[in-house]
Amino acid sequence: MQTHAIDIQALKRDQAQSPGQASPAETSLRMENLNLFYNTTQALFDINLEIPRQRVTAFIGPSGCGKSSLLRCINRMNDLVDGCRVDGRLLLENEDVYDRRVDVAALRRRVGMVFQKPNPFPKSIYENVAYGLRIQGINKKRILDEVVEKSLRAAALWEEVKDRLHESALGMSGGQQQRLVIARTIAVEPEVLLLDEPASALDPISTLKIEELIYELKSRYTIVIVTHNMQQAARVSDMTAFMYMGKLIEYDDTDTLFTNPEQKQTEDYITGRYG
Amino acid sequence: MKMINEQDLHSERAPRVNAWVRSGEPLIWLNAAAVSVSVIAVVGLLLLLAVRGLSHFWPADVLAVTVSYQDQSRELLGEVVEEVEVAGVQLREAGIELQGPGPYYKRTLLKQGNRDFLGTDFTWLINEQFGERRLPPDVMVVERLEWGNFYGYLRGVSRFNAPEVTVAADGAAATWQALQGLIADTVAVREEIRHIEQVDIGAINYELERLRLRERRLELEGGLDATAAADLASLRAEQEARFRVLQEQLYVLYDSIKDHSYSAELADGRVVRLPIAKVVRAYQPNTMGVFAKLGMYSERLWEFLTAEPREANTEGGIFPAMFGTVLMVILMSIIVTPFGVVAAVYLREYASQGFITRTIRVAVNNLAGVPSIVYGVFGLGFFVYFVGGELDQVFFPAALPRPTFGTPGLMWASLTLALLTLPVVIVATEEGLARIPKTLREGSLALGATRAETLWRVVLPMASPAMMTGLILAVARAAGEVAPLMLVGVVKLAPTLPLDGNYPYLHLDQKFMHLGFHIYDVGFQSPNVEAARPLVYATALLLVLIIALLNLAAVSLRNRLRERYKSLEH
Repeated sequence: MQTHAIDIQALKRDQAQSPGQASPAETSLRMENLNLFYNTTQALFDINLEIPRQRVTAFIGPSGCGKSSLLRCINRMNDLVDGCRVDGRLLLENEDVYDRRVDVAALRRRVGMVFQKPNPFPKSIYENVAYGLRIQGINKKRILDEVVEKSLRAAALWEEVKDRLHESALGMSGGQQQRLVIARTIAVEPEVLLLDEPASALDPISTLKIEELIYELKSRYTIVIVTHNMQQAARVSDMTAFMYMGKLIEYDDTDTLFTNPEQKQTEDYITGRYG
Repeated sequence: MKMINEQDLHSERAPRVNAWVRSGEPLIWLNAAAVSVSVIAVVGLLLLLAVRGLSHFWPADVLAVTVSYQDQSRELLGEVVEEVEVAGVQLREAGIELQGPGPYYKRTLLKQGNRDFLGTDFTWLINEQFGERRLPPDVMVVERLEWGNFYGYLRGVSRFNAPEVTVAADGAAATWQALQGLIADTVAVREEIRHIEQVDIGAINYELERLRLRERRLELEGGLDATAAADLASLRAEQEARFRVLQEQLYVLYDSIKDHSYSAELADGRVVRLPIAKVVRAYQPNTMGVFAKLGMYSERLWEFLTAEPREANTEGGIFPAMFGTVLMVILMSIIVTPFGVVAAVYLREYASQGFITRTIRVAVNNLAGVPSIVYGVFGLGFFVYFVGGELDQVFFPAALPRPTFGTPGLMWASLTLALLTLPVVIVATEEGLARIPKTLREGSLALGATRAETLWRVVLPMASPAMMTGLILAVARAAGEVAPLMLVGVVKLAPTLPLDGNYPYLHLDQKFMHLGFHIYDVGFQSPNVEAARPLVYATALLLVLIIALLNLAAVSLRNRLRERYKSLEH
């Protein structure tokens, strides 16, 4: 923990030009009475939650508690599941994500997502990062070059790969691949970054790098992270939501939730009594 | 397993057998045996085809032998094709008197050629009737355009408008030189004639046919007035004038070679005079060394690969069949790949995976098991008569009643085979699509790509090796298919290639030749079985090689794609 903190300090100094953080009161995402059904099974029950802009919000809870489902509601990834139905409201900057007029592809450009397992495309590193731009019809080499470099720098990967941009992304290590996926996601300039257990398939050193990256990125993006790892939640997040059996049990400042939880269930979980 | 367990109780050896079975060793042996049998079968087949097929092109020695039977004797010349043992009983029952003790006798198949003088060019002889076997050095073999090979002794060569060169007066070597010189001249002239007839006159005929169709079209549309008619007449006159010029040239060329001749003595002493215009080549195998024979061998092999067939396909080459096969397979691939891939994409990506989709999938899989002749009948009925007939009505009314597309042809053959191989491509592509990790699709969708964009940019490239697998299987099946082709476009002898210099260059309505059908035709429809047999082997070998080559090309392409899109591993 100690070395980690020092590292972050050092990184912070490098980032002198980064924009100032917004005030914590501003809400980016708001969920109102959100229910999720898979066919007849209800997976989420009446979720009410406000996620602040440019902060890291962590969802924790035991396996199957619905934290990934909730995350996938935000960019409507659940639409891909047959028989999935959502009711209630989910507002991104006060617009209902589930409104019929919403263009799902445009929504997903605003809400980027990184998955549990690194999933780079079987293309070159360059093409992976440029993918999001190319599908928007941007093919000018000058713009692509610029965005690729900027995104890879932002994902702390540029120095490692700048000499092999046109080699296959599949030749990278797992940790590098996951940072590449993050670079690919931020290349399209989303407002919100959803991270679904982004470090669970990685070794400790890669995990540390991802956490440092999250710390840096929160100055620009609203980040929502699902994690199994309570230490990770405590390290990287500003706000933490504890979920259990499809219900939101407690949502508070990370420090408060970990040191002084209101609910008995939360305390049991974070002290390792179950889960 | 249960039985062995029961044996355990009674027998000392059972546990050892049991352990041996459980070690998996029998299975390994079984697997290895299966692989070995397959390898032996394939290698054996290829060896058989290669030995029987390729030895045909070797210029064998020509044997001279006196055959005596029942106080009669005759002189024979020819190549020994094969020697077999037969039972004496069989020969005696056929009414042949035998001298030897038996019970088995050797007999020889002799290729004596000279069909124009002897009637048959192959004859079976019983070895015990043979006198002394000789290999006379001055015996010559003449390959001819008609009547098969000639075997005999050169006696003289006569050039048009020049004194005859004879063996007696000028010596054997000079006569032989004169013959070779004349053959070379004749071959060159014949090549020129062929070019004029096929390319130049072919183009004129094609043009005249187009003019005729234009006239007919104008007539049908009622637009054939005086100016149009005059226009057509002048165009036609122009073509006809060109034709007359070419015809003059042809007359001169034909005249220049028609009187060259050579005289030769047959084995029985008759001397005959034959035209050099019909000679392909002449050689004296008994004096040729190994290298000279090798040269002749490669020349003949090259002719087989590049020339057109002659003598009812029993001589000459098989180039048109080779060309037709490859062209048909390529066209088939061009049709079947996009079609199969699109169908597979719909079944796997867009259709909801319910009862109907499952039924369709089962139906598609079962289509692969339908006998190919059924596809042929369907192709003939639907494509040729119905679609082709309609096309003719709409687009080629001027040519009617002669059908353009309403008759078997290259396009219908390719389409029929595409239909035949469609299930293979669909199944292979579907499997490829199913194997692509869900996470990759989600990754693309999460970046704001639509489903179509994801499909086009991520899924299809990754599934391309599977599509290639489908195509490889399709090509392997299509190239070897014969039965349906007989109904929808393949013929025994096509006068022109379906690809030539006349617009529109690729003639999809033309009939074509095919190696598979060629094998059937030469092997089973030929008037001259013995002459055809080695060609069947050689053609079969070539067909196998072409399929292997097409497959290798596709496999190497697939491997490159695989390397590029290898799935995620860690």
